[in-house]
Amino acid sequence: MCLAVPGKVTEIKGKTAIVEIMGVLREASLELLEDVKVGDYVILHAGCAIEKLDEAEALKTIELFKELKDIYHE
Amino acid sequence: MNNYLDPYRDTGLLHLWAERLQKYQGKPLKLMEVCGTHTMAIARYGIRTLLPERIRLVSGPGCPVCVTPSYYINSAVALARRPETIVATFGDLMRIPGDEGSLLEAKSLGADIRVLYSPLDALKIARDNPERQVVLLSVGFETTTPIFALAIDKASQEGLNNFTVLSANKTMPEVLKVLAGDPTVGIDGYLYPGHVSAIIGTRFYEELAEKYGVPGVVAGFEPLDILTAVAALSEICNEGRHTVRNLYTRVVKPEGNPRAVQAMERVFEPADAVWRGIGRISGSGLAIREEYARYDAWKVFDLQIGEYSEPEGCRCGEILKGTKSPGDCPLFGTRCVPENPVGACMVSSEGTCAAHYKYGGIR
Repeated sequence: MCLAVPGKVTEIKGKTAIVEIMGVLREASLELLEDVKVGDYVILHAGCAIEKLDEAEALKTIELFKELKDIYHE
Repeated sequence: MNNYLDPYRDTGLLHLWAERLQKYQGKPLKLMEVCGTHTMAIARYGIRTLLPERIRLVSGPGCPVCVTPSYYINSAVALARRPETIVATFGDLMRIPGDEGSLLEAKSLGADIRVLYSPLDALKIARDNPERQVVLLSVGFETTTPIFALAIDKASQEGLNNFTVLSANKTMPEVLKVLAGDPTVGIDGYLYPGHVSAIIGTRFYEELAEKYGVPGVVAGFEPLDILTAVAALSEICNEGRHTVRNLYTRVVKPEGNPRAVQAMERVFEPADAVWRGIGRISGSGLAIREEYARYDAWKVFDLQIGEYSEPEGCRCGEILKGTKSPGDCPLFGTRCVPENPVGACMVSSEGTCAAHYKYGGIR
């Protein structure tokens, strides 16, 4: 039930955003977040953006996944 | 188009991490995840098949629908049968068997039940049907509860007088403590739920690690998220460290989402709750505060909380604690199947037994 998906904010009208999820546009409430801007990635759950997605941290995690590759290649 | 999730599903890297895990020579470990979305992702991606014998990954009570007691469904079905009501609900609740049938059966007999994507959609139904009573079924953990709180707060601001909420919301901390402190369960470490953690943060987990000696790792939901989290958690457990690591930093901050927590606390207060398959746990649920009593369906319709019992022969209580596997239950796959579930773990598509029935692979 806690399934939530990432999407990109393409438009903001008051407390509602239009969020693009893999090419699909959905309306989402922004009332549980502060300072969301067009272009931000958010995590959507049951019609609400519940958290922003931190792009720098997302890239760091991908680097962590690759740590093993480096170990194997050393 | 580019799929930004691809790097989290890289097959080559998955093989490398699986290879590393296969080499694990430490003590035998029992790791528990407590999130229905993890249950499904682990089963769907076959994560267990990549783990060595010594690392056992079990599913705890992480599916809010599964742990909802049957008296809640009985009350929801009774409300749905009233001609003046419209019941609004997430689809997951439709098939749960109550003593007098499920919501799905009630709907087939003419009850007006609407399946929603968002709790906020129930407000529109109430506005569009001023002559009817709209009852929103509210089941969920900390990820979902702030959205139910928003719906109640908005109804209050608008002065909607034909909208109520039948709440059975639960919170994670108390049940995590109960399981961590139960020697029959014997958990070595928790794989923490990414989206509950997005709301409540990670500080409570530190307390659990220090006081109960159960370490944990916060994990995302893609295959590499889960596999790397299992690897990190195994290492922490094997070294005997009582620490918490957050590997879902792209979404989870130590402080969580304070705005969502405030929304939840404004409308709800802690209450005792019954967990199907486990029993009553003090302070593990949420009730609507007195200030919002006019939106509390339990009070407005004067509903009684019924007796709580488990179906005969059902092993859900032990499965939800990870002390038994679905295959140990005599009802699994015989009397208890997804189309006609008997126990808590089969009722929701995110339940341990439902996941095992669909994908197999649970040892």
